[in-house]
Amino acid sequence: MQSSLGEVAEEMKVIVFRLQDEEYGVEVEQVKSIERLEKITRVPRTPSFVKGVINLRGVVTPIIDLRERFGLGDSQHTDSTRIIIVTIGGLEVGLIVDSATDVIDVAIDAVEPPPCIVGGVEAVYLKGVAKLEKRLLILLNLNKVLDASEMQQLERIEGTVG
Amino acid sequence: MDMEQYLDMFIEESKEHLQAINENLLRLEDAPGDTSIVNDIFRSAHTLKGMSATMGFEDMANLTHEMENVLDQVRNGKLTVQLGTMDTLFRCVDILESILYSIAQGGDGRHDVTAVVADLRRILSGDTIPGKTPDQSADPELTNIEFDDYEYTVMKQSLDSGYNAYQIETMVREDCVLKAARAYMVFDQLESCGEIIKAVPSVEELEEEKFDKTFQVVLLTKKPKEELEKIVMSVSEIESVLIHSIESIKQPLLEETKPVNAEGDDEIQVIEPKEQQQLEKATVQKKVASGKTIRVDIERLDILMNLFSELVIDRGRLEQLSRDSKNPALIETVEHMSRISGDLQNIILNMRMVPVEQVFNRFPRMVRDLAKDLNKKVNLYIEGAETELDRTVIDEIGDPLVHLLRNSIDHGLESPDERLKVGKEETGKVILKAYHSGNHVFIEVMDDGKGIDRQKILKKAKEKGIIQEHQATSMSDKQVYELLFASGLSTAEKITDVSGRGVGLDVVKTKIESLGGAVSVDSVPGQGTTFLIQLPLTLSIISAMLVEVEREKFAVPLSSIIETAVFRKDQIMRAHQQDVIDFRGRVVPLVSLKKIFHIPDSLDNKRDEISVVIVRKGDKMAGLVVDSFIGQQEIVLKSLGKYLVNVFAISGATILGDGQVALIIDCNTLIK
Repeated sequence: MQSSLGEVAEEMKVIVFRLQDEEYGVEVEQVKSIERLEKITRVPRTPSFVKGVINLRGVVTPIIDLRERFGLGDSQHTDSTRIIIVTIGGLEVGLIVDSATDVIDVAIDAVEPPPCIVGGVEAVYLKGVAKLEKRLLILLNLNKVLDASEMQQLERIEGTVG
Repeated sequence: MDMEQYLDMFIEESKEHLQAINENLLRLEDAPGDTSIVNDIFRSAHTLKGMSATMGFEDMANLTHEMENVLDQVRNGKLTVQLGTMDTLFRCVDILESILYSIAQGGDGRHDVTAVVADLRRILSGDTIPGKTPDQSADPELTNIEFDDYEYTVMKQSLDSGYNAYQIETMVREDCVLKAARAYMVFDQLESCGEIIKAVPSVEELEEEKFDKTFQVVLLTKKPKEELEKIVMSVSEIESVLIHSIESIKQPLLEETKPVNAEGDDEIQVIEPKEQQQLEKATVQKKVASGKTIRVDIERLDILMNLFSELVIDRGRLEQLSRDSKNPALIETVEHMSRISGDLQNIILNMRMVPVEQVFNRFPRMVRDLAKDLNKKVNLYIEGAETELDRTVIDEIGDPLVHLLRNSIDHGLESPDERLKVGKEETGKVILKAYHSGNHVFIEVMDDGKGIDRQKILKKAKEKGIIQEHQATSMSDKQVYELLFASGLSTAEKITDVSGRGVGLDVVKTKIESLGGAVSVDSVPGQGTTFLIQLPLTLSIISAMLVEVEREKFAVPLSSIIETAVFRKDQIMRAHQQDVIDFRGRVVPLVSLKKIFHIPDSLDNKRDEISVVIVRKGDKMAGLVVDSFIGQQEIVLKSLGKYLVNVFAISGATILGDGQVALIIDCNTLIK
């Protein structure tokens, strides 16, 4: 299921969450848990979207603010703010989202390749857009979102600016 | 039967047996007459044979079987240990090790052992290994036989234990048709009444009839001269026999052997018996322990360790809660629990501790081979092999040490000739020493060679562009020596087999630093070089000082802290655009954690005192400015994960009692 869209599998389970006014989805296999917001320990000299680290049952886990990662501006932390813990290829990272709303099944053939621009989020971070009955669900390409080499580039840029 | 499940055990145990054989062979080399050592080797080889046959590794079983045959003859006194035999046995161990290695890597353990098996069989048939007997050009006249060290030692021990040594010159008749056969018969007869330790010309040459009319053998026996004469003469076509007792040259013999084993240096003589004792102690321990230990997978210990780490965190939390609650019964219980878990922590840590012996014991063999390759004479002294280190550190420390030892023997020690010329003993000394000190283990590699040539390093460093011309003159010796660890610098004038592998000491430095340790070098020209390695005892739980800056908590490893101090603001001075303080007469630069870590300022700066943690890196110091000290605590090291790599000045994280994450400061990067 983690593989490409052309798979035989017809449906995939997706965790739905909100960022600003858009609905996003990640495949449930990539999600380890959904946590409430806890106190985050800041890690100095990292990109600003890296909010720091938390103690996730004994494992020190880095936390990324997904809004900032996508350049959507700062998050306003509320009661519904959640941290989605995702694991990809040994990386374990928490993503701050406005709220986690749903778990749904998405038919594979309802997924279309991402349009050039959706709500300002760059297309490279997207796997596709799923058309549901009344709404659009943006499926994230977590591999790209969590690309460490890109993060280091960003870090360097921020380093020169700051 | 499915053998897979036994494979790990087989590999582990075989390793131990091979190591034992290696060690015992080295001991045997020093004491060729000691049959108890031969017995030990035999037993190990026998076990190996059995195990490898069961596991279906035929080549291994085959080779150990042949070794066993030879060893059996040796322990039954039918064969004497000669240099050639030792070399062959060592070669067998090498081959067995490589077979085992390939099995461990998933191979089928096949290896062509025919050559070495043939050598073993030749030894068995009483023949020496070609090319290993000393120079034969000497005139085979009586009394002119040259003995090597082994033969001396064997002879000495035999004489001590009541045997006689005879030099027997046999002359065959002019018209003798089958000289070789006669020689063989003489050998045969003599061997029935004692041990032949030497023949001139060699046995091989005798067999090929490469002798004129006479040949000589040296025989160790309890039989009187006359009887031997009769025995030899009983062989037909023998013209005459001359028998000389070697007793008369016993004294000079002993004196000649002396310089090889004895040392003029008092210090070393102290070391030797100690080492001996340790060896004995170690073997005794092993024997006692064998029935009372169990083998545990290191992964299980890791899991235990991780679980315990969780417990340590909860302990911290409980301590805090109980203090806050002010309930005496709770406080008491928690204190008790803390003590017990403290003991438990020690036990778990200790379970992971293994003596450095595990690494050290492969070095005597390595040094022996290396000295042979380089035509140098080296005595290796090992001290403190019982010093214990965490398993994770042990696994990593072997290669750097190999490197340093090679370096000492190859670059440090002079050739025997050079040594004699400068008035040193022909045989060089290399000392490998381990000891505990505080929370660290120190390992020293010391040699008494020519020391480091300052000019040579500077020249090299300039050539390679590591330093500039003007820097060279102002550098202290210590700084110059440190250049050895710079990448791309090798002081070898000519590239030898040993050092010319394109790896420099920089690899050693990187490796040791990655273990949280440090390495330094000191040298006295003409007297030798010392490498000092400092290693942490364990890599998982450390003592740290917790400090607070604004609302953020950080942990500073105690190992890098010299002390904490409070300074008045007016004690801060400025030098080179840098805040400095005078700490016990030394100018120490101040590092503001607030600035370095971009911690938001609450502008709450009313105090006119600053709290400083004085930290060090080598002999350099810095003062970390913090808001307050929280206290000392055992912390569990956690990594920041794969996503956050190379965070500046942060070496990891830990979880505090309240569940919060605190970052661990890497003082090494804060000091330039």
